[in-house]
Amino acid sequence: MNRILEVENLTVELEGEKILKDLSFHVDEGEILTILGPNGAGKTVLLRTLLGLLPYRGKISWKKNVKIGYVPQRLPFIRDFPLTVEEFLRLKEVPKREIREVLSSLQMANPSLLDRKMGVLSSGQFQRVLVAYALLGSPDVLLFDEPTAGIDLGAEETIYTLLNRLKTEKNITILLVTHDLAVVYQFASHCLCLNRKMLCFGAPREINETLLSKLYGGKVKVYEHRH
Amino acid sequence: MNIATSLFAGVLISSVAAYLGTLMLGRRMALVAGPLGHLTLPGIALALIYGFDITLGAFPFVILGIVLIWLFEMKTKLPVEALTAIVFATGVAAAFLFLPVEQAEAALVGDITRVGTFDLLLTAALCAIIFSVMTMDYRKLLLISISEDLARVQGINSKKHNLIYLSMVAVVVALGVKLVGGLMTAALVAIPACSARNLSRNLLQDRLLAICFGVGSCTLGILLSQILGHPAGVLIILINAAVFVATAVFKS
Repeated sequence: MNRILEVENLTVELEGEKILKDLSFHVDEGEILTILGPNGAGKTVLLRTLLGLLPYRGKISWKKNVKIGYVPQRLPFIRDFPLTVEEFLRLKEVPKREIREVLSSLQMANPSLLDRKMGVLSSGQFQRVLVAYALLGSPDVLLFDEPTAGIDLGAEETIYTLLNRLKTEKNITILLVTHDLAVVYQFASHCLCLNRKMLCFGAPREINETLLSKLYGGKVKVYEHRH
Repeated sequence: MNIATSLFAGVLISSVAAYLGTLMLGRRMALVAGPLGHLTLPGIALALIYGFDITLGAFPFVILGIVLIWLFEMKTKLPVEALTAIVFATGVAAAFLFLPVEQAEAALVGDITRVGTFDLLLTAALCAIIFSVMTMDYRKLLLISISEDLARVQGINSKKHNLIYLSMVAVVVALGVKLVGGLMTAALVAIPACSARNLSRNLLQDRLLAICFGVGSCTLGILLSQILGHPAGVLIILINAAVFVATAVFKS
């Protein structure tokens, strides 16, 4: 296995407040790492730091020349503009041919979709377009910020089965922020539990009720546990 | 000056103003152009008193205004709208400290008939530059307005491109004072873009409609001012406003 990301003693401080403290973990090629934690745990901050968008202390080393695709949680300002799906995807500045390929691999080659306005898409379609955007330029890694669980993307596919398919078909490494324990157990190769500091890093089966109640505070029941 | 020169200058200025406006709507920055326009007033006053080109007088004051608003915002953390209001009033007051009342009309509502051959050449050169930069940078600027994170992940230097955009707005505001005066240049940027937004189904239509509305209102305004004798600037803004009302009615 080739290492694609190595993080050592990562600390992020924003406006004098420590958001992340002393994180160390690593990701190998083709893995799915889920990042689990309560609201305000610093999950999005971690993704944004890994993307190079925030100042940090410690060490973040990506594999040389790695290409990263980013799927943000939402794009609130996109409704300010009358842009169509095609016009949005063209913001990536890749050839039209590549847009067609990515859309068909996501089973969304329907030509009428390209002329729809971004603002009128259903949340499932919107999320799928964001994934398509991230996949343009053939990234090695996908950073995925908290997809809404269980959205029907059409064709009986949830965002998670889609991610799993991407991993199998294209060997894309995925870092995924989520609340959804089912996802962790079903799809993840590794899990990072985060509440400002790192509470665990390991295989999903190592996550148990003790750890979760420490992570979320209070009693948490693990009701779904499939391997 | 002959009407062809005025028309040509007017069309150039109003088209690039409208083009810039299409991005300003998303950035929720239309208000920023307004105070920038008012800030030009002291510069216009100086230009009128000493008899040099009013765009040259206006431009340094626009830059000064941007820098002041930026500095105050960093220092006080007050909302930009409040700060621009302060800077705006100061600009108007400072202008009238110097400006003789009989000269005030040109400063307040513009006078495109003053445009001479040199002005026209300068205007044409600046507009050509802005038009090309906007066309090259449009996708980048749009992506920055939608999500700075996505833009930066793609390797776009958002600070640099924001600065380029603001500089272009500053130039257009300084050019716009010739056409509609210091009080209304913001409208030249904002109204055609708003009208276009009411009707457009995609970005291409958005840009084309904004430029058409801007150029159309300007041409009609200058021609009507020849017949009616009102200042062209006043008519241009009123026609733009009428177009906006019409598009709002037709908005589906």
